[in-house]
Order: sequence, then C-alpha cells, then structure tokens
Amino acid sequence: MSLRDGASILFERHAQALLGSLGRLARQPFATLLTVLVIAIAIALPAALYLAVANMRVVTAGLDDTVQLSAYLTMATTPAEARKHARSIAELPGVAAAETVSPEEGLAEFRKLSGIGDALEALPENPLPWLVKVRPAPPRDTATAVEALAAEIRTMQGVDLVQADTAWVRRLHAIEDTLQQLVLVVAALLAAGVLGVVGNTIRLEIDGRRSEIEVTKLVGGSNAFVRRPFLYSGLWQGLLGGLFAAGLVVAGLAVLEPFVTRLAAAYGSPFVLQGLSIREWPLVIAGGAVLGFMGAWLAAAYHLRRIEPRA
Amino acid sequence: MIKFDRVFKRYPNGREALSELTFELEAGEMAFLTGHSGAGKSTVLRLIALLERPTRGQVIVGGRNTGNLRRGQIPAHRRQVGFVFQDHRLLDDRPVYDNVALPLAIAGVKRREMDKRVRAALDQVGLLGRERSFPLELSAGEQQRVGIARAVITKPPVLVADEPTGNLDPDLALEVMNLFQRFNAVGVTVLVATHDIHLLDRFRVRRVHIEQGRLATVPHVAA
Repeated sequence: MSLRDGASILFERHAQALLGSLGRLARQPFATLLTVLVIAIAIALPAALYLAVANMRVVTAGLDDTVQLSAYLTMATTPAEARKHARSIAELPGVAAAETVSPEEGLAEFRKLSGIGDALEALPENPLPWLVKVRPAPPRDTATAVEALAAEIRTMQGVDLVQADTAWVRRLHAIEDTLQQLVLVVAALLAAGVLGVVGNTIRLEIDGRRSEIEVTKLVGGSNAFVRRPFLYSGLWQGLLGGLFAAGLVVAGLAVLEPFVTRLAAAYGSPFVLQGLSIREWPLVIAGGAVLGFMGAWLAAAYHLRRIEPRA
Repeated sequence: MIKFDRVFKRYPNGREALSELTFELEAGEMAFLTGHSGAGKSTVLRLIALLERPTRGQVIVGGRNTGNLRRGQIPAHRRQVGFVFQDHRLLDDRPVYDNVALPLAIAGVKRREMDKRVRAALDQVGLLGRERSFPLELSAGEQQRVGIARAVITKPPVLVADEPTGNLDPDLALEVMNLFQRFNAVGVTVLVATHDIHLLDRFRVRRVHIEQGRLATVPHVAA
C-alpha cells in the first residue's frame, strides 16, 4: 500500500465518521440543541466577564497619569514663600513639575466644581492655604514611588499636609486583578462543566449504540475506529457551542452598547464599549471545539473500553 | 492454519471450558467441531477470534501465536478471521448493505469499491438485490446468509461458525453448509461448530470432537 493510498483510506474513514456524526446529531435536533446551548452559555459567561474586566481596564487605564501630589503649605505662607517652596520641590528627583495654586485660585476652582458657591460666599475669609501641585516624572509615577516622594515632601519646612491620593488607584487596580483572576477561575470551572456535559452526552450516545459497537469490535474494528464517530460528535457539539457563544456575546454587547454610550456621554467620556478582538473571536469558537473534543475523548476512552464483544 | 497446543481455559467464574486441548487444522482444510453442549466448542471459536485468551497453552492462527498479540493488535487479527454466529449478530436498525459493508468501512474501503464488493458478497450468498432491506424483513435463513456475507467480504483466510444452522430448518441448514463448502473450495480454512447430526452425516469432512474440554475420538453414531 502506497503512502497515497494510506492517506486516502485515512481520509475516507475520517470523512465517513465526520459526516456520519453530524447526521446523527441532526436526527436529534432537540437534544443536540440543549447540549449546544449549555456549552454556549458556559463559554459565553467567562467571555463576558473577561470583556467586563477588559473594558474596566480601558476606563481606568488613564488614571495612573492623573496621580499627583498636593502639598498644602502652612496658612501663614506668603506668595513669595510659596513660590520658593514650589521651586525647591521642583528640584527634587522624580518631580516633573511643581506649580503653585493661590488660595484665591483654589477657591475659584472649588466654587466651580463643588456647586456650593453660594455657601462659600458666606465665609468671612478664604479658608484655603497655598497649594503646590506636584506632578511626578516617569518612571517615578508609580503608586509606590509617589508615596515615597510624598513622604519626602512631607518633611520639608513650610509644608503642612501632603496628599498622595494613590490608595484608591491601587485598590482599583487590585480589584481589576482580582476580577481577572476570577475570570480564570470561572472559566476553568465552566470548562470542566463543558467536559462533563459533553462527556455525559457521549456516554448516552455510546449506550444507545452498544450493539453496534460490539459488532464492530467483533468484526475487527479497532478502538480508534469505534471511538472516531464519538470524537467527531463531541467536536461538532463543541464547535456549535462555540459559535453560539460568540453569538451570545455579540447579542449581549448589542444590548449594552446604547446604555454604555449614554453613561460615557454623561461623564463626558469618549469611551466606546470594547468587543472581542479579531484574535479573541477564534479563541472562543476554537475553545468550544477543543472542549467538546476533549469531553468526548474522555467519555469514549472510559466507556468504550468496558464494551467488549461477546459471542 | 489453526493450531491448539495443550490449551487450558478457565473462565473467571471458575468454569473449566478446555483442558489440554490439542488439535491442528491445515490451511484450506474444512472441519466440523463437535461435542455436547458445554463441551467447549464455543470456547474454541472464541479463542481463535481472540474474544478470549487461553489460561494456558498456545493458540496459533495463520502461523501467529495469538498469545503474543498485544491488545492493540487484536482488531487486525479479527479481520483475518470471519466469524458467523448462531444468532448472526446483525444490526437490525441498519439495512443489509450497511451490515455487510461494516468490515469494509473498518478497512477504509472507498464507496465505489465497497458497492462492488458488497454486491459480489451478496451474490455469493444468493441475496443480490436485498441491499436496502432491513434484517428483520428477512427470513432466518436469509439473515444467516447476510451474516455469512459479512464474515467473508474481506476474504479472510479463516472462517469459523458457531452453530450457524442451529435456528434453521434442515433445507436451509443444507444451503448454508453448501455455502461454507464453496468458500472452502476456494481455499478458505473453515471450522464449523455444530451438533446437527443430519449435517454430519451428509458432509464427509473431518470432525474435531471434544469431550469435557479434550480432544476425543469421534463416537460411532448409531444411525
């Protein structure tokens, strides 16, 4: 037998099993649909979670840049002293810029942003101190470096209070990391679930074709030959499940999109809801196919071994 | 072609089916395997098709010691042995064509070649044109002939049959036996387990007689 004949025999066998398994699935549309749906949801869920985290990261990505230090000077500071302090802060290593904000400027800004301008009018005098806004220079603009810088400025004379509001950014990123980890855990659990669902479907299929398997083994069918249609069956179900999952994600995005756009607009943000990338779509679909195949393989390996022909 | 050398077989339930069975069948030979029910006839056939392994002793088929075959080599071995069952073991939900073509599908034979060979095999057993029938639409004799067509379609060098005429009336039994003889005439080694006295009288072929799991001399039948 030539290599070409061998390849063609192999192809013939696989083509038969491939189409045969598809035909069998089509003959039980309801059962197949249920299995496919379970797989689809099990895949769509972690994909959606992943997208939620990815979008959150897009929203919060700019926050690192806005980390800055506010050094409030003592109340008695004169304008000249304030500028002097700002210059010495600007000379510290890791500082990109340091600018002064006078109590009057601060009050004006506060009045604009807080919406309690009228109440401020009632104050007898300006309660705000001189402020030096410090912008850290890269690479010292990480949360840890900023905290260190804050500690340094805090020791300087004439400085009353230093706020390095990095804690919340740090917490936010930690939350994101946790969520991302959660996505992995959920994905792993649901993947195991898919293996179980496909495995169970294949087990039922094997039970239903028991006599056929026995006879096939009797007349010399190898384990690989007997297993093949079941593997393809699992592959089809997984593949369909993956495609369904992709559809679910698309539908979910379409439903959320107008709301997210409105929310972003309300914050004056140009944010647009991110979908899966061109590289992630195939992952969702192929993920389904691989899980279907693996589930079928596990079930077939376990259950087919127990079917030995009797005569 | 088939050689049993001091074969001992005990089933897991403790039943001793064969003890020290030794016999040999030359290539191209045809023989009846006889003996009482429970004498071990089925066990002999099961050992030849490697549906069982001997507890002790050697079973050699086609020059190959079956004891040396690994689990993965068993399917290939079974393809060298056509097996005809008393209850024919057809798939009732598949048409005759699919039943007969199953060994070819396993071998990966192409559709066109398959069509040709299925027709040829059905022709040999006198069932040409019944490809699309389902087994339950056929008579017992016809079902058995479908089973035979399936057993011979890959042209195995060895054909074994376990009480192939057990469920058939004498005329049909004769027909089936004639078929076996025709395969034997073209060189197939045939071993038929039977206790059908009419057939034994009718066909003058060698008899391998076993009693209590051992080879025994053929008893004289008071006809």
